[in-house]
Amino acid sequence: MTAASTPLAMFRTVVGVGMLCALLIVGVYEATALRIADNEARALESAVLEVLPQAKQLRSIALSAGRQIVDAEPADQPLPAFLGYDDQGDLVGAAITAAGMGYQDTIEVIYAYSFEGSKIVGMRVLQSLETPGLGTRIETDPDFTANFDALDVAVNAAGSGLRNPLTTVPQGTKTEAWQIDAITGATVSSEAVGDLLNQSAQLWVPVLVRDAIQLMRLADREEQP
Amino acid sequence: MSNPSTDDFVRGLWRQNPVFVQLLGLCPALAVSNSAINSLTMGLATSFVLLASGLVISSIRSWVPADVRIVTYICIIASFVTCVDFTIKAISLELHKSLGAFISLIVVNCLILGRAESFASRNTPVRAVLDALGMGAGFTVSLLLIGSVREILGSGTLFGMAVLPAGFQTWTVMILPSGGFFVLALWLLIINRWQQAAERTGSPAAEGAGK
Repeated sequence: MTAASTPLAMFRTVVGVGMLCALLIVGVYEATALRIADNEARALESAVLEVLPQAKQLRSIALSAGRQIVDAEPADQPLPAFLGYDDQGDLVGAAITAAGMGYQDTIEVIYAYSFEGSKIVGMRVLQSLETPGLGTRIETDPDFTANFDALDVAVNAAGSGLRNPLTTVPQGTKTEAWQIDAITGATVSSEAVGDLLNQSAQLWVPVLVRDAIQLMRLADREEQP
Repeated sequence: MSNPSTDDFVRGLWRQNPVFVQLLGLCPALAVSNSAINSLTMGLATSFVLLASGLVISSIRSWVPADVRIVTYICIIASFVTCVDFTIKAISLELHKSLGAFISLIVVNCLILGRAESFASRNTPVRAVLDALGMGAGFTVSLLLIGSVREILGSGTLFGMAVLPAGFQTWTVMILPSGGFFVLALWLLIINRWQQAAERTGSPAAEGAGK
């Protein structure tokens, strides 16, 4: 037995159900929002500590429009970045998130930058929709991830960019410290990782090297006006 | 209007199994069944939406004018799906990531709207709940059957635990989309043969098979 389809009955039903549904959604959103934000913050922090295990304290930073390093809330940043300090407050490196187009969707990674020798010393994939078993090897293939154990990102003489842009080369042909050995069968995904790292490093590394002295100690920052 | 019976529940599990007999909701069944845990989560999420929407729709069925019933059902279903989406995110981001867009796509799973339109909107809440439980269980079990085979052959693991010897060459094709079709076809073959055999010998499993 259904109600008659008068305009009033239809209006009442759709508006009524819509309002109840909206209430339900808002209720569940309110109940879960804190947990979700907490989960996201924790996932990011554990990724930072994975690539920068020596870090005991983190300072969340961003690049301002004038290419200055400023403090920032990670949640407000599309691509958060961190400086890692040890127990004594000495700088151990930076962990920077970067993103670029992969084979199917955006790939988001986090990489660790070491001021010593200006190198990338670790990389983890945060998010990707690459083909399972092929493109996902950018996360699981030990030969590929070994590329990021010591990847040269030295700055050029003018301090405007990298001396040697990061380039992805066919598997087994890596000869220079700034080259990335691709994965055969996952060339597009490998190159995507190389490109997004290059783009991010070109932006960040010159600034980090320029300001390295000021960033050296965590405590110093607080003494400054 | 008939009374609630165990048949309302059992029907979805076996005789009208949504995946293997009605071939409904195949899109998520093929897409996220590349591992057992994904299958289980998807099955449970879909079951919850089936149950909650079935209960609400059958409770309000006499107030919903026929002309606006579909939009009302979709609104109710979409709300529960959104709640499930938030809940899974709160439980585990990792799990949410691996299920991708398919959680939101439960809204357009034809199984749910199909049960709402053909069963919940015509029966009492008790029968609608039994039906949703049966269909949900049938859907979850089917996904688990597909997902387990794909995970064992494709990754050599089950629920993340290694079950095959380390030297086993995994069949990558099984976790790719095409693997879903292979395994679904395999299960359809097995289950149809089983039902046919049971029908010939007249055992209870055949009751209603092919109806």
